[in-house]
Amino acid sequence: MIAQRLGTTALRRVTAAPQNAFFTVATQKLTEEDARAMLDAQRLKRPVAPHLEIYDKKQTYFGGSIWQRFTGMGFTGLLYGYSLAYLAAPLVGWHLESASLVAAFGALPVAIKAAAKFVVAWPLVFHAINGVRHVAYDMAWGFNKATIIKSGWYIWGASIVASLGLLLL
Amino acid sequence: MASLRSTTSRILGSSRPSLRFASTQVRGFASNLSDGGKASQHASEDKAPRMKAFQIYRWNPENPTEKPKMQTYTLDLNKTGPMVLDALIRVKNEIDPTLTFRRSCREGICGSCAMNINGTNTLACLCRIPAEDNADMKIYPLPHTYVVKDLVPDLTLFYKQYKSIKPYLQRDTPSPDGKEYRQSKADRRKLDGLYECILCACCSTSCPSYWWNSEEYLGPAILLQSYRWLADSRDERHEERKHALNNEMSLYRCHTILNCTRTCPKGLNPGLAIAEIKKELAFSG
Repeated sequence: MIAQRLGTTALRRVTAAPQNAFFTVATQKLTEEDARAMLDAQRLKRPVAPHLEIYDKKQTYFGGSIWQRFTGMGFTGLLYGYSLAYLAAPLVGWHLESASLVAAFGALPVAIKAAAKFVVAWPLVFHAINGVRHVAYDMAWGFNKATIIKSGWYIWGASIVASLGLLLL
Repeated sequence: MASLRSTTSRILGSSRPSLRFASTQVRGFASNLSDGGKASQHASEDKAPRMKAFQIYRWNPENPTEKPKMQTYTLDLNKTGPMVLDALIRVKNEIDPTLTFRRSCREGICGSCAMNINGTNTLACLCRIPAEDNADMKIYPLPHTYVVKDLVPDLTLFYKQYKSIKPYLQRDTPSPDGKEYRQSKADRRKLDGLYECILCACCSTSCPSYWWNSEEYLGPAILLQSYRWLADSRDERHEERKHALNNEMSLYRCHTILNCTRTCPKGLNPGLAIAEIKKELAFSG
């Protein structure tokens, strides 16, 4: 590279004849407005770099933060859904009283019972444990990089184990 | 390059005597280079070639209607330097000169070569090519940025946001001796882990919250810088700085996802800096 640069500098000096068209570089002068317009036109066409689909899946799809939101949204949805259904039940003729729900649940096969319990238990446990971590974050605790990664996986592990434990109740 | 070298030396050889010195110098460099080349070639002949494929994001503003695509380049790692930036430079020098990326210092202090490598944002110059792993390396521009060309992102907004936090010392009281603004060692220590930030934008562009709200949310890098000025004992615009952040969007779009801390190529902790700002705002009433 150095040799090349030295060579070309020397070359330019040697061949610095004004009429030598071979080495003259033609540049076009642009007014400020034209340059601006060109840039604006180019900006309109720029693509957005890929994000969710290429970013480390461990961080985007298993992040505690987003699952805290999903589980919270799930419970909110359940609360509103059930409340509205309960409100409408007498009009539509549904039986959503505790006693009839318990009876209906009791009549289900064991595997479905376990799955249904897990679907309710896991979000609750996850939301509770991860909520504690969020409180710790608010106090500016646990921001060590290794701690962040480890505590994230521990919460997944603990919430799954705890909700499997809740199935046995 | 070889052909150019011989032409220049031929021209120089036949030119004025005053340039003779330059010509021998050129020859000296040239022979050194070729000797070095031979030596390294010799060494690499002994080893089996270790081929590694690099899939690199390509988009050319000259053909804006063409969709961005991944282009694969294969390099022999025996002839390539250890870092991803070495591989990129080799691709550009030897395979495809149209490949476009930013780079400058090649030692992690300028922040130019920030890009997404194998799923996480980092500086190409500080990222080793995993030699044991045979999988292709995937290289993208910083996520959710507008692409200027290939791996070059448009960071205009990022710099404007940086400017918006007034990243400079603001004070009215002159120093007692009229010389410099002194601070205690303890106060100076508060700036450690903050002043080292090189604004490479790796953390901001790793943050999903910044992806969706970059127009209003400042993002981890700029908030770390905000905290750098909030933590500075010499600055006297503490309240104004806090007031500027105390709204729904600027600061509180941080949901402690913490991709920022996990990705920072300088080992800093933007997540912690944001938490400290939130704490300060919460407890100052």
